[in-house]
Amino acid sequence: MIPYIIRRLIAAAALLVLVSIFTFSIFYLVPRWAGATPETLATRYVGRTATAETVALTAERLGFNDPFYQQYGNWAKTVVLGGEFDMGAQKVECSAPCLGYSFITRQAVGPELLDRAPVTFSLAIGASIIWVVTGVSIGVLSALRRGSVFDRGAMIFALAGVSMPIFWTGLMGLTFFAYKWPIFVPGGTYTPFTENPLEWAHALLLPWMTLSLLFSAQYARLTRAGMLETMNEDYVRTARAKGLRENRVVFKHGLRGALTPIVTIFGLDFGLLIGGAVLTEKVFSLNGLGKYAIDGITNNDLPKVLGVTLLAAFFVVVCNLIVDLLYAVVDPRVRTQ
Amino acid sequence: MRNTRWRVLAALGTVAALTLSACGGGSSDGDGDGGGASAKANAAVSGVFNPSDKKGGTIKFANSGDWDTLDPGETYYGYSWNFARLYGRSLLMFKAAPGDASNELVPDLAEDLGKPTDGGQTWTYKLRQGVKFEDGTEVTAKDVAYAVARSIDKETFPNGPAYFDAMLDWPADYKGPYKSKGVDFSSAIETPDDSTIVFHLKQPFAGFDYLAQLTQTMPVPEAKDKGAEYRNSVVSSGPYKFQDLQPGKSFKLVRNDQWDQSTDPNRKALPDQYDVSLNVNADDLDNQILSGSIDVDIAGTGAQPAALARVLNDPALKAKTDNPTIARLWYTSINPTVKPFDNIHCRLAVMYGMDRTSYQTAYGGPVAGGELATTILPPQIPGYEKFDLYETPDNKGDLDKAKQELEECGQPNGFKTSMSFRTERPKEKATAEAFQQQLAKIGIEVTPKGYPQGDYFAAYAGNPPFVVKNDLGLVANGWGADWNDGFGFLSQIVDSRVIRETGGSSNTSVRIPEVDQMLDEAQVELDQGKREADWAAIDRRVMEEAVIYPGVFAKSVLLRSDNLTNVFVNNSYGMYDYMEMGVK
Repeated sequence: MIPYIIRRLIAAAALLVLVSIFTFSIFYLVPRWAGATPETLATRYVGRTATAETVALTAERLGFNDPFYQQYGNWAKTVVLGGEFDMGAQKVECSAPCLGYSFITRQAVGPELLDRAPVTFSLAIGASIIWVVTGVSIGVLSALRRGSVFDRGAMIFALAGVSMPIFWTGLMGLTFFAYKWPIFVPGGTYTPFTENPLEWAHALLLPWMTLSLLFSAQYARLTRAGMLETMNEDYVRTARAKGLRENRVVFKHGLRGALTPIVTIFGLDFGLLIGGAVLTEKVFSLNGLGKYAIDGITNNDLPKVLGVTLLAAFFVVVCNLIVDLLYAVVDPRVRTQ
Repeated sequence: MRNTRWRVLAALGTVAALTLSACGGGSSDGDGDGGGASAKANAAVSGVFNPSDKKGGTIKFANSGDWDTLDPGETYYGYSWNFARLYGRSLLMFKAAPGDASNELVPDLAEDLGKPTDGGQTWTYKLRQGVKFEDGTEVTAKDVAYAVARSIDKETFPNGPAYFDAMLDWPADYKGPYKSKGVDFSSAIETPDDSTIVFHLKQPFAGFDYLAQLTQTMPVPEAKDKGAEYRNSVVSSGPYKFQDLQPGKSFKLVRNDQWDQSTDPNRKALPDQYDVSLNVNADDLDNQILSGSIDVDIAGTGAQPAALARVLNDPALKAKTDNPTIARLWYTSINPTVKPFDNIHCRLAVMYGMDRTSYQTAYGGPVAGGELATTILPPQIPGYEKFDLYETPDNKGDLDKAKQELEECGQPNGFKTSMSFRTERPKEKATAEAFQQQLAKIGIEVTPKGYPQGDYFAAYAGNPPFVVKNDLGLVANGWGADWNDGFGFLSQIVDSRVIRETGGSSNTSVRIPEVDQMLDEAQVELDQGKREADWAAIDRRVMEEAVIYPGVFAKSVLLRSDNLTNVFVNNSYGMYDYMEMGVK
């Protein structure tokens, strides 16, 4: 097991390097291939009445005059060894791992990511608990009551949940349940868990429910399909024939077998969500990683984009590793293999 | 099957009912008591809505994006200049008053307007006594000089205005106090004593008082300066100081106990506190203003389309809006470097042929879009003269006249050209399509071409070789003045000397040597009345060359909160005045 984990972590590190090179290339090389010069790249980061000299200074400061490999090398060196940044009146030290300073806001990217990560984690964890519990429960019940009123209603709910876009459900949720009937708090409200857990939960309840509506629908359908398959397996018939209670048959034998694809997809979904539930954060004005990424992309702010991309890639890899390890726990058949 | 169908219909019906009630039923949202004044549309455009001197309370601002920077030496947005007066005092400021009165400059940190000598090449200001920073130290002329000097360091502050850099007589190779530490810059700025500051310009400039109102003249204590990081720890010289600044998220302004009302005739400083949230979803922000949980959308550019539809169709909500015209022109450049627009008659064919009302429609109509424009200068600019050199019936174009002009320019059957627009701006795309549809009637085939906004001027529409190579005879464009004055509005869009072969200028089409000379003469005219007449003459001269097709003067629909007092539109910023507001 340990060698397996180590091999996976080494592969993850290699993947992160590849992701960083790829992101760097998109930012630096693609515009160049389209004919951009260091000066035209630099004009994004200067004022509207900037002189040619200001543009040239900015191009130099941001490294646009250097060859691609040198720019990447400088960045990688800063990540591994840290670096010093010139703020004019003073130089500031950025210790490793240093993800640089935003081209636009001149704020250090690393601390900003750490500051925003709890918001995204809070959103992802809360929503994932809700969507797994509701989605799996609905899926199990639908499978057991196949063809019933409940089953049909649940599948309509699944269809609606998948069809309604988050930016609509989110805004509708705020309009009705935060402003018209003030049950929840307005957008942009976030209290850290460490400050007040109750307020933290209250502020996030509407975003959790909105985000989980999309995913629980998918999980309901997935669980239903998996349950329908496993409940027809021979071993389930055997369990019933042996006189086991129906609850035990369903949960210990039926659901467990159906969980494998759910665990797989959960790993992917959760990992991606940690990279930022972009639309949910945007609609509810939550200052998480997703919003940070969007701001970086919109403003061509490479350090921000690189920072979030690497963090998201890291979490996708880690979550998938955890999922792979969980297979053995969830499905006894994997253990015996 | 029948049961399922009915259930689906019931579900869809529920969804539709919820949607319709959310969209339609806004009359009870955020209504409550109208307070001391009953709500009325446009009540704050030319007057003060809900006047009051009541102190106390907290005003809640929200910004749909991030602040560019809180550093007064670099910030370059109108809303930021408007707001910065709460924590900083520049030498002069625009009068806090509704209507045209707000175009008047009044002294703030200075005792009086600037005293020009040497024909306007030297400007002297005397500072008020007793103005202090938030730490109790007295503000001196050296702090103002230092603030201006640091702002010209374009390596550290690349985003701010470049006027001081360009106009003051800095020593050769002077790069600001960080990189040219200890270098004497008295050739540009002198401080003969603690309360006198003298600016020396390279050339006379009659409008220097407008530079003196820029936030770059807000004093900065050298000992507390942190360069690019100063934005996170700005030292206040105004009635409020920063508290709990979380970059990218929020900050508060609380009372600065070192601010002395007796030194400040301009500010009432009514609220106890300002809470500012950043990066709030724009649509949600409008909803929050209507529901009362936020008081002001700080960007000041007006409601989003979703809220507009709701607000304009509900009389109760519409009564809480203000619809000012702002000093911004949306226009189309007609490039004489692109054939056949090198012939003025081909340009005149466009001037007569285009339907200006379709331009207005593309921008959102007469309320949310803009007012029809026939001049370059907007009405808010002192010296504005209304004229229309190319009158057409109901502003809908005159196809017969346009065809005559086509004959004159040797293109009786029309010709082909392209029009650029910024792909992120649907209104510009709609404008390009309006040109395409209208000009097709006279045989001019316009191909709209979208380009990214980020380097629209640097790499595409403002890059002269690219323009010629890609046949961009028409360019969707727009301009808002840095301040409401002819120089502030015209200098960057009609002066041919700002055009660079490497690109980057908003002026893509005006290359008239006579206009350059007229600009030079106007800039040194110390008589304000004559100077304003000069700007009007420049406007007319440029229009005579038919290189700019004015579309609309921008309008915005501002949402007015029930919680506020002293609400009025300050024309110099084109939005509510943030300095004078109070809480009910």
